[in-house]
Amino acid sequence: MGITQVLFWFLSIMAILSAILVVISKNPVHSVLWLIVVFVAISGHYILLNAQFLAIVNLIVYAGAIMVLFLFVFMLMNLNSETEPQKNRWLKIAGVIAGGALLLVMVAALKRADLKTQVAQMNTGDIGLIHNLGMALFHDYVIPFEISSVLFLSAMVGVVVIGKKD
Amino acid sequence: MPINYYIFLAVTLFCIGVAGVLTRRNAIIIFMCVELMLNAVNLLLVAFSKMQFNMVGKIHPQAGIDAQIFVFFIMVVAAAEVSVGLAVIVMMYRNTHSIDVNFLNRLKH
Repeated sequence: MGITQVLFWFLSIMAILSAILVVISKNPVHSVLWLIVVFVAISGHYILLNAQFLAIVNLIVYAGAIMVLFLFVFMLMNLNSETEPQKNRWLKIAGVIAGGALLLVMVAALKRADLKTQVAQMNTGDIGLIHNLGMALFHDYVIPFEISSVLFLSAMVGVVVIGKKD
Repeated sequence: MPINYYIFLAVTLFCIGVAGVLTRRNAIIIFMCVELMLNAVNLLLVAFSKMQFNMVGKIHPQAGIDAQIFVFFIMVVAAAEVSVGLAVIVMMYRNTHSIDVNFLNRLKH
């Protein structure tokens, strides 16, 4: 088992455990911090797959900007584990069973799929480097790129309109 | 790594997100679980892109690059979605002084 496999299993276990802790933490601030751990683990997976641009963007945009936004909103509302709304126990059990049933169905459907021979290439391949992605983004995908800037502009206007005190 | 490990990892993360959406009542935690599901899908897309590169990369050196561009656009849309969603949640908190989603059943009456 090489270092790549060890890192794969380590990052996978870290991602899954932190994702479970996101869901079960009572204090919302702890949930945000565990979600940052999940994003760091997923960025590690991107680096293992040699998608370096996406790894950095994932760290900056998700673990940086979006999680700071979540944390900021939590601090603004002054929430803690005492004000955390509690669902009744049967609804919680039903939710966990529903999620587990979905997992069971997906795993059962994919277990027999003939994918053992398909390998995701790790450590090599240069399609994830910023040079190639930039060439594709500004040649073939320049129209969606410009449209996404319009989307951001409308999101900014929408946030200001929604957040305004009337 | 064989692709099915990535598939099972992404499916597990996605189902944890689904269970979180179903079990929690805090609106922001529900929102965070939606982000978790988006990230599971992104991870699977990148893994598939490297799988396609491994299959046909010798013939087409640009194979699989579309999936990574697609992940980039998913991140763009997710950032816009988070900003608008958090603004909606802050407005809801300002009106009801709670972020419990069960308070949002006024359309029922």
